[in-house]
Amino acid sequence: MMLYLHIPFCVRKCAYCDFVSYAGQADKIARYVEALLAEMDRRPCAGTVTSVFFGGGTPSLLPPAALTRLLAGLRQRYALAPDCEISAEVNPGTVTAEWLAAAAEGGVNRLSVGIQAVQPALLARIGRIHDFAQAQETFALARAAGIANLSADLMYALPGQTLADWEESLRAVLSLSPRHCSCYALTVAEGTPFGDLDARGRLPRPSEDEELAIQASAIRILGQAGLARYEVSNYAQPGFACRHNLGYWTREDYIGLGCAAHSLEGNLRRANPSDLAAYLAGAPFAVEERLTPEDEDFEALMLGLRLVDGVELSARAFARFQAGIERFRAQGLLEGAGRRVRLTPRGMDVMNAILEEFLP
Amino acid sequence: MKREDTIRNFCIIAHIDHGKSTLADRLIERTGVMTQREMSDQVLDTMDLERERGITIKAQAVRMPYTAKDGVTYTLNLIDTPGHVDFSYEVSRALAACDGALLVVDASQGIEAQTLANAYLALEHDLEIIPVINKIDLPSAQPDFVKKEIEDVIGLDASEAPCISAKTGQNIDDVLEAVVKFVPPPRGEEDAPLRALIFDSVYDNYKGALSFVRIVDGGVRVGDRIRMMSSGAEFDVTEVGYFRPGELVPVGELRAGEVGYIGASIKEVADTRVGDTITLAQNPAGEMLPGYKQVQPMVFCGIYPADGSDYENLRDALEKLKLNDASLSFEPETSVALGFGFRAGFLGLLHMEVIQERLEREFDLDLITTAPSVVYHVVKRDGTELYIDNPTNLPDPADIEYMEEPMVSAQIFAPSEYVGTIMELCQMKRGVYVDMKYIEAGRVQIHYEMPLNEIIYDFFDSLKSRTRGYASFDYELNGYARSELVKLDILLNGEICDALSIIVHKDRAYPRGRAIAEKLKEVIPRQLFEIPIQAAVGGKIIARETVKAMRKDVLAKCYGGDITRKKKLLEKQKEGKKRMRTLGSVELPSEAFIAVLKAD
Repeated sequence: MMLYLHIPFCVRKCAYCDFVSYAGQADKIARYVEALLAEMDRRPCAGTVTSVFFGGGTPSLLPPAALTRLLAGLRQRYALAPDCEISAEVNPGTVTAEWLAAAAEGGVNRLSVGIQAVQPALLARIGRIHDFAQAQETFALARAAGIANLSADLMYALPGQTLADWEESLRAVLSLSPRHCSCYALTVAEGTPFGDLDARGRLPRPSEDEELAIQASAIRILGQAGLARYEVSNYAQPGFACRHNLGYWTREDYIGLGCAAHSLEGNLRRANPSDLAAYLAGAPFAVEERLTPEDEDFEALMLGLRLVDGVELSARAFARFQAGIERFRAQGLLEGAGRRVRLTPRGMDVMNAILEEFLP
Repeated sequence: MKREDTIRNFCIIAHIDHGKSTLADRLIERTGVMTQREMSDQVLDTMDLERERGITIKAQAVRMPYTAKDGVTYTLNLIDTPGHVDFSYEVSRALAACDGALLVVDASQGIEAQTLANAYLALEHDLEIIPVINKIDLPSAQPDFVKKEIEDVIGLDASEAPCISAKTGQNIDDVLEAVVKFVPPPRGEEDAPLRALIFDSVYDNYKGALSFVRIVDGGVRVGDRIRMMSSGAEFDVTEVGYFRPGELVPVGELRAGEVGYIGASIKEVADTRVGDTITLAQNPAGEMLPGYKQVQPMVFCGIYPADGSDYENLRDALEKLKLNDASLSFEPETSVALGFGFRAGFLGLLHMEVIQERLEREFDLDLITTAPSVVYHVVKRDGTELYIDNPTNLPDPADIEYMEEPMVSAQIFAPSEYVGTIMELCQMKRGVYVDMKYIEAGRVQIHYEMPLNEIIYDFFDSLKSRTRGYASFDYELNGYARSELVKLDILLNGEICDALSIIVHKDRAYPRGRAIAEKLKEVIPRQLFEIPIQAAVGGKIIARETVKAMRKDVLAKCYGGDITRKKKLLEKQKEGKKRMRTLGSVELPSEAFIAVLKAD
């Protein structure tokens, strides 16, 4: 079993962000922490918890005492495995030594640091509140606090970003010696400032070719530094892949706590309400669905193929998708023998178009 | 005074937007048939489409009582005619039902292409033409100038022409007085056997197909057995009556000179054809009224449901429209690219657009239509002759002795400064210059002979944009002419896409092929593999483009275990593709079929 805790608070919304997070609602944090603890009480779990992930929003915006209370509350209610991975996302603009001390004290052993880029102009354009010096400081402080498993998160295909900008960011980030690096291509979502600009044709975006060139440079430069690509957007030193995220791709069970958090328990998929007020008021699940065997098989493929190593399909799933798998294998988009299926590098670039063919 | 002497049957003819419908509204209002409150604008144009486009598609009629200055109460029958060249046969039958015509001319625009075409048509039918100068309330109005133009160009006496504003109602009485004074009363023989001219027919859900008629001779009453003189079909009359706006008023009998309708439980309008003569079965007339002909569709296109499962709905919709439109023809057709659909024939481009729009609006159908085609005359080497309305059916070029295509005689009116660009356009469309006249200082009338197949694409749009909307255009069919025509095929991934084939002049094949290939490259989305697009004539590739393979289509992030969202995104993406047609391994959006139309 894995646990996800959503912390939906931010100093301000980034221009591209369509995740559930609220700026200017810091006064609700205390109530939110209590609501999370209450939800834990409602949702016990018999098994051992192998990973915990604090995502956001901005978990580093939690006051250190609140973080301590949450982590302690978690340990009281759930059986955490001795080697449990406990990750938290942090924003270099909000993280403090006190926060890091509280995190380390409470058992957090992995940080995912949202650096995104190193050029001040680019950071300003996408609405980030920090600079690269703060990212450097975050890494130093984290290590001083005893948290050594650090991931640097970057974004590419940003408006106005050049390949040279990107390689500069990669090299700067590598100078911090991260164990793990995430490189997310910008997704322009409707209803965000970027979405509005894009709809009016005023968001300069790189071409597909430029995007692929950036991705190729990530694979090459990170690879040379010992961080191998293991998922569509993730790179790590051997043994440092994010266990929590691997759990999503291999369809382990997880309980999502907090507003907008999703859960998978067996074939039951549920999600909490996205609205903060509704969550605080104790509103019931906003989504509750029983997955059919078809759904489960498709998800196994959809999620498993995100991994470079692919997925070993069940006999049932393989039988269901065999015709398509063989066709794509013949076309050089899929590979692997028997029930092991993985995307070729080209296949991984056009994964959606391939998955559509398998949709139930 | 005899009964017929108090009847006036007349119509209003005009160039588009010169105020025909507004004048009709004012006349109806003035004669008290409807109060101002009851009137929605343009009561005679009942279809939404007619109101939006400002055109009249179906003929309508209305009876108006009017007490003139001479103290006599007259019965005025206004027959509203369709206003477009596509419906010129219907127009000619509506004119044949009248004795006079009001020729409405915009006081600031002057004579336009349809003014002249309509005036000539009215003269051909020996109608008394009364010029009416409209829109005199506009600051740019020049009524005297326009009167002179009417006299110089058409040769009508415009000295007594009423100068009015249909919009404000100014001088409307002058129009009514002119109708009474100048339109001759009907001259028919009341005691002769019935002859009624059908000038339109409409389908009514309860009464069946109704014939709109002008009683030329004799009379008809409920219970009579009538005969359609062209087909011999007989029906029992269940109802006769006259028209109020939007309303049928039953009466016991219609007599010579009158305008009204006949209901006889006729199942579809095809049985009551415009131009036919109705007589009595017991006491038939010897001769039909002149001018009847069966109209032939001039323009054909394939109509396919965007969603293949809508085929039945499309057929039902076409059948319903056909009930009310005898000139619409269709038969089932199959295309490799588009599946099951229909080949439909139309009187012209506007007719085609109107039907397509009605199918989409009134029946809520999503359609894919193929490029319109005219009817080509093919003479084969073995002497057999064919008429081809679908490029796919064109025989092997080796078997063709020669081909002919339909021609039109086109009249364009425009300010003289645009002569250069208009001639360039006509030349580009294979037009042959006939002559040019100055109709006044600064305005010309240009006459070209052109192939119909060149004007069914975007001729009118190009003309409008080249002349900033100042040119007006009208045409009439003018026989067939021999022409060097070839079939232009489009190959996608090496396979011919039948729905994209067109017939073009051989000199136009290369530029069109290239333009279509370029356009298709824009509209076909990238797919997993690259797609070669080729244009070919008789197996020879004349243009080539490539849709490059899709490079990147992957979701960067899948946040916090929110799998549902990712799945929905994939489903949405797939749903979008459902609307595409699969040809071999290529997915084609419906825009691809429009590309053939717009590429020029």
